[in-house]
Amino acid sequence: MRKKEWIAMLLAGGQGSRLYTLTRNLAKPAVPYGGKYRIIDFPLSNCVNSGIDTVGVLTQYQPLVLNEYIGTGQPWDLDRQEGGVFVLPPYQKSSGSDWYKGTANAIYQNTPFIERYDPEYVLILSGDHVYKMDYSRMLSYHKERGADCTIAVLEVPMEEASRFGIMNCEPDGKVYEFEEKPKQPKSNLASMGIYIFSWKKLREYMEEDAKDPNSANDFGKNIIPNMLSAGEKMYAYSFDGYWKDVGTIDSLWEANMDLLNPYVPLSLYDPSWKIYSRNPVMPPHYVGKDASVQNSMITEGCIIHGCVDFSVLFAGVTIEEGAEVRDSIVMPGSVIRKGAVVEYSIVAEDAVIGEGAVVGSRPEETSDKSKWGIAVVGNGVTVGAGAVVPPKSMVECDIPEKEVFSI
Amino acid sequence: MTDSSALGIIFSNMHDDYLGELTSHRTMASIPFGGRYRLVDFALSNMVNSGISNVGVITKSNYQSLMDHLGSGREWDLARKRGGLVLLPPYASADSSGVYRGRLDALANVIGYIQRTRAKYVVISDCDVVANIDLKKIIRSHERSGAQITLLYSQQNVTEDMRRDITLLEMDTDSRVREVLINPFATGVRNVYMDIAVIEKDLLEKIILDGRSRNQLSFRKDVLVAQKDKIIIKAYEFDKYIVRINSIASYYEASMQLLNPEVRSELFPPDRPVKTKVRDEVPVKYGLAASVSNSLLADGCIIEGEVENSILFRGVKVGRGAKVKNSIVMQGSIVGDSAGLDYVIADRDVTIRDTRRLMGYVSYPLFITKGSVV
Repeated sequence: MRKKEWIAMLLAGGQGSRLYTLTRNLAKPAVPYGGKYRIIDFPLSNCVNSGIDTVGVLTQYQPLVLNEYIGTGQPWDLDRQEGGVFVLPPYQKSSGSDWYKGTANAIYQNTPFIERYDPEYVLILSGDHVYKMDYSRMLSYHKERGADCTIAVLEVPMEEASRFGIMNCEPDGKVYEFEEKPKQPKSNLASMGIYIFSWKKLREYMEEDAKDPNSANDFGKNIIPNMLSAGEKMYAYSFDGYWKDVGTIDSLWEANMDLLNPYVPLSLYDPSWKIYSRNPVMPPHYVGKDASVQNSMITEGCIIHGCVDFSVLFAGVTIEEGAEVRDSIVMPGSVIRKGAVVEYSIVAEDAVIGEGAVVGSRPEETSDKSKWGIAVVGNGVTVGAGAVVPPKSMVECDIPEKEVFSI
Repeated sequence: MTDSSALGIIFSNMHDDYLGELTSHRTMASIPFGGRYRLVDFALSNMVNSGISNVGVITKSNYQSLMDHLGSGREWDLARKRGGLVLLPPYASADSSGVYRGRLDALANVIGYIQRTRAKYVVISDCDVVANIDLKKIIRSHERSGAQITLLYSQQNVTEDMRRDITLLEMDTDSRVREVLINPFATGVRNVYMDIAVIEKDLLEKIILDGRSRNQLSFRKDVLVAQKDKIIIKAYEFDKYIVRINSIASYYEASMQLLNPEVRSELFPPDRPVKTKVRDEVPVKYGLAASVSNSLLADGCIIEGEVENSILFRGVKVGRGAKVKNSIVMQGSIVGDSAGLDYVIADRDVTIRDTRRLMGYVSYPLFITKGSVV
């Protein structure tokens, strides 16, 4: 195997438990986003667009959908003679077989994979975020400073800084302190969970960390603090584009709605930085005579006869006559029957919303704001005709006709 | 027998002359159709969906766009080690210039490819037909009927303007073809040959070699017409949606028929998808003032204006206040703010500047050539 300058390792094992029913059968990076994408399309496309041709995808939780989706890597141009994309689940070894215990442990267990390419640098990514980033610039920054580790950081509002891992830096970007969710943050530079390590250094620290039985084997909790305290050269690389963690129902909904907002700096139309995905084989979408579609994103295979407003529709969605979909996300293959009203909701794949059913509601229609939230209809669920799904509900089983869902 | 023992041969350049500017820089096969397809996608997908995994595409001239579209054949699952897609460009040699003058001549150019491929049957097809055809059924009927050649036909009402490029069949009660009429003076409901045929591979090789030694060039004239009493030729009726494209007007009409849900469900059944090259376009974005009705839109479009009874290909932009009616707008074209199109076919990468208005008529849609700026 020829030597590679750098390779990427993408942590895709996250359960995404705060997405509840949406991640019951699939890992968080496989969650659909933006009409025809899955979240993992963003880091994968970023890799390819940054000139990385070897990506290890570390999976653990519900890998089936992700495995099938990634396949040979062809949609991202990652079906290569040397390198390409590899799905790396935990595997049995002659000794010390285990699940991935922490982010660092997942990488550590795949040391043999990385060594095959003998890279100078390793880029560590997570599969949970929506953003466009040129990692090659980050690598140049890493090399220019002769760093051992470079951490991508994002300026967050000071009042939110205590929710993140915060990097405290000197003016030249050198990190002198790392604080995980500090109560009194000293800076607002939040770690994005994107690291470039010089591989030899990382291997050293991972080996040491593996010997420590009390370690959580985590980058943020163990590796980064250990490297800092040992005085390794660590730099923060500032990123100022759009970046969104889609770890909760609300943030997933928001991230989709951001695509409809012209003031949000996330353009998917840039031909020099395409986001690739596995495309459905479906005809163009059809908008009927009495349909009305505004401020929405709609993709192939959809059939629209009703009204769609401020919504994102995935492939093969049908909206029947008189149905109304507003401020919502409807995932692939779902059907909204005649006269149904879907507002402020996420309808997962292959769900059916029966005739005249009502799912979710507008915030201004709910007097008790604590009871309002995005309604979620799970995978393959049928909501019976005339049934009602109140806001903030999480529906996982079929709802009979005319029934009002309650938890 | 299994269907893998059929070889597909697609003629990409037949009928080019009738499509005017649509084929001035592309083959019949690479004419864009239905928002995201090219005509060859239908012929190719029909073969693939019928289990044919050996397909040769015969080209003649201006086939760059076709090569770009087909690539390695991966999108049709035809990038194979065994068989798969093979492009067959003109092959000049001592006894031929390479540029063929008829289907039989074209087949003679690729006789080596046909001989090398292991298959019992050969399915030959042009690219002028839009239909979703299960070729397995025709092969089965071919086997059962004891025919040596089976021709696919559809009963259609023949009008005067179809006459310049049409083949009519007349059969006896046993479906055996007794009369083959090329471009005849005829109207009314007739059996129209769809330029799709199943033929025994051994017989085809013999016909090709015979034809070459007699300097015969035409499959229709020198085989179907001349040898119909010698060879058992049977006809198979395809009674679902099928349309032939042989003029700009028929192209326009066939395109507009896609707005009919029944036509779409016959053409695009989920279990027999029409496959095409992937372009990784973004979903269509509708702006605040967008108003769209009875239209098909492919990914990558950005709609700020009005679209009615129209077909928009990938990456078309419709500006604010623009009105696109009864029109076909191909990939990458831009309709400026407050511009208007009615009965227009805009080829690829056309720019309609702000406030410009263009109008054709239903029987004579206005055609704007590739890359023009209005």
